[in-house]
Amino acid sequence: MFRYFFILSLVATAAGEPIGFNSHIRPLLSDHCFACHGFDPGSREADLRLDTPEGAFEDRKSGAGIIAGEPEKSLIWKRISSNDPDDVMPPAEHHLKLDAEEKKLIYRWIKEGAKYQEHWTFIPVEKPELPNLAPHPVDALVKQKLQTLQLDLSVRASRETLIRRLSFDLRGLPPTPEEVSTFLNDESPKSWERLVDQFLADQAFGERFAWPWLDAARYADSNGFQNDGERTMWPWRDWVVEAINRNLPYDDFTVWQIAGDLLPNATHEQKLATGFLRNHAINGEGGSIPEENRVNYVFDMTETVGTVWMGLTFNCCRCHDHKYDPLSQRDYYSLTSFFNQTPVNGGGGNPQTPPILASASKGQLDQKKSLEVQINQTQSELEKLSSKHLPLQKEWEKSQLEKGDSSIWKPFRFTSQTTSDKGLVLSTLPDQSLLATGANPAKATFTLTTPVPVEPVNVIRLDALRHPSMTLGGIARSNSGNFVLTSVEIYLHQKGQARKQLMIRDPQATFEQGELKIGQTIDQDRATGWAVLNNNQIDRDHAAIFPLAEPLTPLPNSHLEIVLRHDSRHAQHYLGHFRLSHTSNPSAKLTDHTSPILALLKIADDSRSKEQKDTIEKAFLAAQPEYTKLSKKITSLREQIARIEKAAPKVMIMADRKEHRPTYILSVGSYQARGEEVTANTPGILPPLPESENPNRLDLAKWLVSRNHPLTSRVTVNRLWQDLFGIGLIKSPEDFGVQSEIPVHPELLDWLAADFMDNGWDFKKLVKIIVTSEVYRQSSKVDSLALERDPENRLLARAPRYRLPSWMIRDQALAHSGQLVREIGGEPVKPWQPKGLWSEVTFGKKTYVPDSGEKTRRRTLYTFWRRISAPPMIFDNAKRESCEVGTYRTNSPLHALSTLNDPLYLEASRGIAYRAHTMNSQSPVQAAFKLITCRQPTPEELPILSSMYENSRTYFGNHPEELRAVLETGDLPISDQIEPLTQAALTSVILSLLNTDEALTKE
Amino acid sequence: MNPIFESQLLSNRRHFFGKAATGLGIPALAHLLGNNASASEDRILEAAKAIAPKAKRVVYLFQNGAPSHLELFDHKPKLAKLHGEKVPESYMEGKRFSTMSAASDKRRLLAPIEPFKQHGQSGATVSALMPHTAKIADDLCFIKSMHTEQVNHAPAINFFLSGFQLPSRPTVGSWLSYGLGSMNENLPTFVVMTSVTKGTSCGQIFYDSYWSSGFLPSRHQGVKLRAGESPVLYLNNPNGVSPQLRRQMLDGIADLNQSKYDSVGDPEIQTRIAQYEMAYRMQTSVPELADISGESKSTLDLYGPQVHEPGSFARNCLLTRRLLERGTRYVQLMHAGWDQHNSLTTELYNQCRDTDRPSAALVQDLKQRGLLDETLVIWGGEFGRTPFLQGNFDNRKRWGRDHHPYTFTIWMAGGGIKPGMTYGESDDIGFNVADKPVHVHDFQATLLHLLGINHEKLTFKFQGRHYRLTDVHGHVVKPILA
Repeated sequence: MFRYFFILSLVATAAGEPIGFNSHIRPLLSDHCFACHGFDPGSREADLRLDTPEGAFEDRKSGAGIIAGEPEKSLIWKRISSNDPDDVMPPAEHHLKLDAEEKKLIYRWIKEGAKYQEHWTFIPVEKPELPNLAPHPVDALVKQKLQTLQLDLSVRASRETLIRRLSFDLRGLPPTPEEVSTFLNDESPKSWERLVDQFLADQAFGERFAWPWLDAARYADSNGFQNDGERTMWPWRDWVVEAINRNLPYDDFTVWQIAGDLLPNATHEQKLATGFLRNHAINGEGGSIPEENRVNYVFDMTETVGTVWMGLTFNCCRCHDHKYDPLSQRDYYSLTSFFNQTPVNGGGGNPQTPPILASASKGQLDQKKSLEVQINQTQSELEKLSSKHLPLQKEWEKSQLEKGDSSIWKPFRFTSQTTSDKGLVLSTLPDQSLLATGANPAKATFTLTTPVPVEPVNVIRLDALRHPSMTLGGIARSNSGNFVLTSVEIYLHQKGQARKQLMIRDPQATFEQGELKIGQTIDQDRATGWAVLNNNQIDRDHAAIFPLAEPLTPLPNSHLEIVLRHDSRHAQHYLGHFRLSHTSNPSAKLTDHTSPILALLKIADDSRSKEQKDTIEKAFLAAQPEYTKLSKKITSLREQIARIEKAAPKVMIMADRKEHRPTYILSVGSYQARGEEVTANTPGILPPLPESENPNRLDLAKWLVSRNHPLTSRVTVNRLWQDLFGIGLIKSPEDFGVQSEIPVHPELLDWLAADFMDNGWDFKKLVKIIVTSEVYRQSSKVDSLALERDPENRLLARAPRYRLPSWMIRDQALAHSGQLVREIGGEPVKPWQPKGLWSEVTFGKKTYVPDSGEKTRRRTLYTFWRRISAPPMIFDNAKRESCEVGTYRTNSPLHALSTLNDPLYLEASRGIAYRAHTMNSQSPVQAAFKLITCRQPTPEELPILSSMYENSRTYFGNHPEELRAVLETGDLPISDQIEPLTQAALTSVILSLLNTDEALTKE
Repeated sequence: MNPIFESQLLSNRRHFFGKAATGLGIPALAHLLGNNASASEDRILEAAKAIAPKAKRVVYLFQNGAPSHLELFDHKPKLAKLHGEKVPESYMEGKRFSTMSAASDKRRLLAPIEPFKQHGQSGATVSALMPHTAKIADDLCFIKSMHTEQVNHAPAINFFLSGFQLPSRPTVGSWLSYGLGSMNENLPTFVVMTSVTKGTSCGQIFYDSYWSSGFLPSRHQGVKLRAGESPVLYLNNPNGVSPQLRRQMLDGIADLNQSKYDSVGDPEIQTRIAQYEMAYRMQTSVPELADISGESKSTLDLYGPQVHEPGSFARNCLLTRRLLERGTRYVQLMHAGWDQHNSLTTELYNQCRDTDRPSAALVQDLKQRGLLDETLVIWGGEFGRTPFLQGNFDNRKRWGRDHHPYTFTIWMAGGGIKPGMTYGESDDIGFNVADKPVHVHDFQATLLHLLGINHEKLTFKFQGRHYRLTDVHGHVVKPILA
């Protein structure tokens, strides 16, 4: 390719232009000389440096490398023109030959004074003047270059082609038939602009441009490496879509993602944006060294920022100074210092390694909001209620004082106490406790009945008490004196109603024996329960409390039934001596025995402190069942909110730790080999950071989007150009360094970059400028002359024509079928994929469980991305292991297999068949053809289509089983409106149409 | 061309050679097969291939998890003598181990668990754990002085296969695909198969990065053949689409594509036509490859009883031979389960049972078919294992060894390798290299050399730099060349 440009350059220089260092000479020197005579002193040969004028002109023993104006006397000319194989440069073994034309250029450049220029991408962006060749700036600049080669733009593409092109470029989706017909019928001169504005405003715009951003951000839904734990970074992904859709200016888009957490009063959104940096893979492999991991994460963040914003290949500098670009190892490590300040220590594989941010989904937020409203309502009800009750407080105080009972636990007085074994008797002792006597069966269930108490019941207490008649003086007549209480059930019997079980929440016990927890008395498992044995002996009484979920208010003619079950495999482990009691105090604890209220009540009203008054008031209110009911409701609502917050996905975000972490130059990038300490700084070749004592990420982020930064805007514009034209104005979006090519249209890149900044980094506006140009709207037809002269279409004398990215191909099929679910964002989804992929790579530790229904028909953007087993239906894409900004377009037969054989395409084809069948004006095959290509078939294509259809009909007519199988693929219900033979034949033809070059291609 | 596929090609004549006759079919096909590159890449490839190749094909029997050199091939009588003694401090200084053994402070030397014997005319020492490999010792070249820079599995495997510890660089197979192109139009150039010993407690994950094309065009990526009905992803037609209907559909697609080509003239369309035809042929050639019903009983017996289990290492070895016969250039066969941290006396036996016989069988099978001369066979893991014990000395059942990068053994055989030799030496307890160290980059340089490639010249320009498999290192190990 270089050679080809070179010919273009020659054309330009032949016209008498002076030879430019940047456009002609640097690429030659860089490719052929700099590896040994460049920036890196470590690999410099013969102490000769050619990348700077100082080095090249230096008077050396064997002669200066270059003597301006005198090629014959210049060492480099002598050596490159030498015929002596031992002498000639570059050395023969490097296989980097300069050809005659190239040598001639160097000769002329020296002759003309050997003027050096700084590498053009390091010079601040200035807006070039526009030639007066066309009203649109993009057209004027492209035409200017074309003119020098006696070329011109191609004719405008057809409107059918244009709407399909624009729709994929701006939305990643095909246009709908309605959009196509509206546009084709819109004869206004503004129709194109209208269409552009419509697509820019479409929510799909954010999804479309989120894709390359996720590739660059190495976004995935799992950690990578051996354990590959699932992470929940998708709220960050949704933020990207949303930010692009609302056209967040690119400078903010930048600052928030790199340093949103450091902004003053950073919002949730700004912190969430920093998830960008934390999208790197996390190594949780057993035996891996935390510090080594941590350093790798810091490298990854540094290099990702280097690539995405500056197009610089910093990774070269991990080990040594850059061989081509003026970037030193010190520059690199100074840059890593900005990212070296997080509290992450590199240990473990937690896919939600702090710092994290709980980031609820929209559904969760809505739910939370509605709960908060309920809390507020209940709160005001509560206030009303207390003002209603409070006048009665004096009365209550009096009655309490009269009762004089200081115990908060009132024992139940049972009217009946039966057991599951006739011989086993429970007798009531004076302290209202029950003692088991008589038979000693293996298992026992107690059923105790009592009238509903006259005061509210909020908590029920069980005292398991020792007794001399029990084994070893314990609590049961089992072998050890221990019991296992497996179930506690409380039922309310009201006259004329079925019994109702009262729910218990959060029971507590004084002690739990290992796994035999109190919670197991209220679970569904009858075999598990609560036990108390400690150190082989029961040497204490034990107790447990069972708070009721809803307070039980006094009810006439009703009674309570308490059932205690002992169904464990341990024989005779039932409670031998126990007491059940209750309290109205909803917050009664196990350790509360006497009510503090009584003492307070004895204090004269006006002598009580405020605190004492509050306590009494609280106790009074707690004794009012209506009141406790509401306050319990609030507690439960708060718990629900807490649960939502807990369930909200946690996004790993950035935060700097308090203590500054020193950063060192690491020899050969090894975490152990610490060299000199460095401070946070930006590379010397670029404009300096504004003065600041301790520059941090925020300073770095702001510096990246300062007007005089030469790279950010150029790199961004170039990536956008790549998204729209298939290839950037600079072919290497990841490298804007010295080794990058000299673009064919440097002024175009600079004009767009300057305009982008001058418009306040308005991304949508930038897109609009490009797509409203004639350059964008040209035909992509390729004539053989143009093909020969410019096979990669770098001159832009025609529109590009290339295969769509795999995710657009898939989305296209879904969209045309009418089945695409247009929901934005949310948890990643798992559409069908071939069986066993996850288990194969993880030895069965992870299994892919496909979703069903709508989740299988979302845009490909939302497909779950397991880093070690990427979705197989996505091909030729960034691997999401580290930052990638390039494109991939290969034509492997494996890709054809995927779009021909993935059942999704067969099902989508059937969906398209049904749609096509309802478009009555034409034959369904032609309608499907038009749906997919946006155009009518040509007279040449018509007979092909009809013979495809007829052949399919004949085939399925003879193969009824295959016919049924085709119709039964997928969830889509089989149409009862269309003859099955027609359905199957159409489906197979449409599957073919989806696999034609035109369907797979953006024209 | 392989005669097996001739009939299929004939049946596609109209769509394949018909279009090729327009003059664009051939370059389109060349592009698909990875045989063409830009002009500057052509220059690079030409320069890189200045050596006469000794091997045309490679099979890499990669043993994931790191087999113990001390149990299998590197016989250290002194280690047996010092059984139970502490490792002399002098060995440990400045050494880096995985955090698993860094945690243990008592490092006691452990004798090999099975006896060694010398085998064949070459007198190579092979443990009783590897009886079948022992029988072919005279065909093998053991390198006992391998060493690496990585101490954990994934980085070490990446390092072996791509020259760099992190996933991102092209692997050996993709470099070969890029450098040498394809020898078969119907099967992938670079094939990967994976297996694991059943019931192993310590399987390592097979990451895609082990067969990644990195920054090389993705057509050079390894194609993973899977066990079972669909050896290649999406190989089978969806339900209801028979081969007959598929042929019909492809004819329709090709006709529409040709019509499109006639009107817009984009050569990519010809590539598309060739791409779809090749996909169609793979649908036949891959199942044919995986169908072993035509193999003789004696051949099947050679690979052992597990050859009848799809997905086993034995089956994969047999499929490897079938692939190599059909022109696949590089087969990477990975078998996991070698990570004996605490299972030397138990699971190591199963590992050997599952891999010893099939590995030896593959060498013998290739040899008797006259393919070994031009096929390089490599057997080895990503590092070795510590001479000292991991675990409790008194609990023999749980004996293990930790990761050990400082010396270990691999073997190579076939194309261009001196048979029946041992190269390099470890010290008397198998801790460090004592003589003739072979670094991973040296191994890679040697591998490329055998394929006729100068490892310093096979480069690809990415991010402004000319990358190589061997980074900026590597020396061909000349003494092992035949």
